[in-house]
Amino acid sequence: MTSTTTAPQSATTAVALSGVTKVYGRGSNAVLALDGVSLDVAPGEFVCLVGASGCGKSTLLNLVAGLDRPSGGQIGIAGGANPGLMFQEPALFPWLTVDANVEVPLKLRGLPRAARRERVAELLRTVHLAEFGRKRPHELSGGMRQRVALARTLALDTPVLLMDEPFGALDAMTRDILHDELERIWSERQLSVLFVTHNVREAARLADRIILLSSRPGRIIYSTEVDIPRPRRIDSPEVAAIAAEVTERLRTEVGRHGQ
Amino acid sequence: MASDTLTSTARSDAEISGLDALEIAGREKEVSRGTRFWAATWPKLAALAIVIAAWQLVVLSGWKPPYSLPGPLVVGRELVTQAQGPQLWEGLVTTLRRAAVGYVFSVAVGLLLGLAVARSKVLRAAIGSMITALQTMPSIAWFPLAILLFELSEKAIFFVVVLGAAPSIANGVISGVDYVPPLLLRAGRNLGARGLNLYRYVIAPAALPAIIAGLKQGWAFSWRSLMAGELIVVGISQTSLGAQLTYSRELSDAPWLLSTMIVILVLGLVVDAAFGAADKAIRRRWGVLDQAGQ
Repeated sequence: MTSTTTAPQSATTAVALSGVTKVYGRGSNAVLALDGVSLDVAPGEFVCLVGASGCGKSTLLNLVAGLDRPSGGQIGIAGGANPGLMFQEPALFPWLTVDANVEVPLKLRGLPRAARRERVAELLRTVHLAEFGRKRPHELSGGMRQRVALARTLALDTPVLLMDEPFGALDAMTRDILHDELERIWSERQLSVLFVTHNVREAARLADRIILLSSRPGRIIYSTEVDIPRPRRIDSPEVAAIAAEVTERLRTEVGRHGQ
Repeated sequence: MASDTLTSTARSDAEISGLDALEIAGREKEVSRGTRFWAATWPKLAALAIVIAAWQLVVLSGWKPPYSLPGPLVVGRELVTQAQGPQLWEGLVTTLRRAAVGYVFSVAVGLLLGLAVARSKVLRAAIGSMITALQTMPSIAWFPLAILLFELSEKAIFFVVVLGAAPSIANGVISGVDYVPPLLLRAGRNLGARGLNLYRYVIAPAALPAIIAGLKQGWAFSWRSLMAGELIVVGISQTSLGAQLTYSRELSDAPWLLSTMIVILVLGLVVDAAFGAADKAIRRRWGVLDQAGQ
């Protein structure tokens, strides 16, 4: 088995996975989490990964983010850049203000102070939190914290954004607004997004392409292009139709485990 | 299509600021400084008054003769007299100097030891549980050995103070590093913090509350060890607070003895309050301070 991280072969892919396998544990306790997942994300493409529990969605994102190594297969990121990763929790540093949180990746990249300050202000404007820079994370609402986390991830200046159910813990109204926000930022910055969710409607609302993963082991079992024009609304009939189709496939997959 | 996007953006801008305003409204409660000070102070004053009253009652009951248990008024007068003479202040300076030197050295040893054990699996297996065992050893039990090694000297006191305080501080560092949330570590690594930078930007600040708790406990241990040491290792030229306790007992001077004890108690409280303030400041920054429960 080989596991390497290289730049993808062509310039038309932002993220390239080929035959990625992940095994946890050894011997008789070994669990196959991902089995031969091959997937290309084009530059500027928004891809949603959908699957039931145990499909290895989060494992896949960790591998692409470089926080874990695949047991086999290859993962390539355009330009070899470190992709930005967002979690279901904002994962902000509670000892720092909002400003200082967004500043961390800039500091780590060695930007001078004046440039950092300018970038932080620009990023907070992008997520509509310009007046909240001096607050601490605990003084903000869940949706606001997740926007700070988005600004902090954008500060990495990477073209690839990985999101692990980032809106899963938010109420419906806040989630709708953040969908609009993410869509705007994604199109303004021409990001490539790999977005994991178990919410099929959310996937249909956001994605250019929805990919369905099977559970135990995680394999790609279905893929569909979503060509509904943007901006979309989560309650539109077109989104509902796509969601219904994906849900049907997901149910079949879940039912397979009940037999 | 373009105008559609524009209206949608304007709508969502208004919605965002509206929602933000609603969600964080009512979170900030302003209480005046005076009110807060009074709320924190009156229970302490009341408790002090109750203790003094109970003391006076015991004295009045005639349980012990006044030459072994004097009343608060007598002791208070003695305290004022002591404060006017040089002896108390010289003792205070001697004791505080020893405490400071011993504590600073303990902090250095404790931080280094804690960091080393937290980082290295081998070291942890080797001496991790030994540090906890050291902590449970009553400091007074070290003195016979310390006196054999260093005779009746300041070095013996210093030895015991460091042995008492350093393990607590090391344990604070170890548990602080152990309990850094894995999510923050992943976030830090994704943002580009590796190696030493991960310690600087994530692990050290995340472990700070536990480190402060360790420092506080280390202080309590070193203060106790110091007092025990000064009681046992008397006869060095300087009359520390501990030596004054011994002398006052030998002279059966109960008011002097009790007033010295009060000074020792107050010193302990003041340092404890400083640690408490540091801890509270951190908890306020982190947002884990219950506003209502203050």
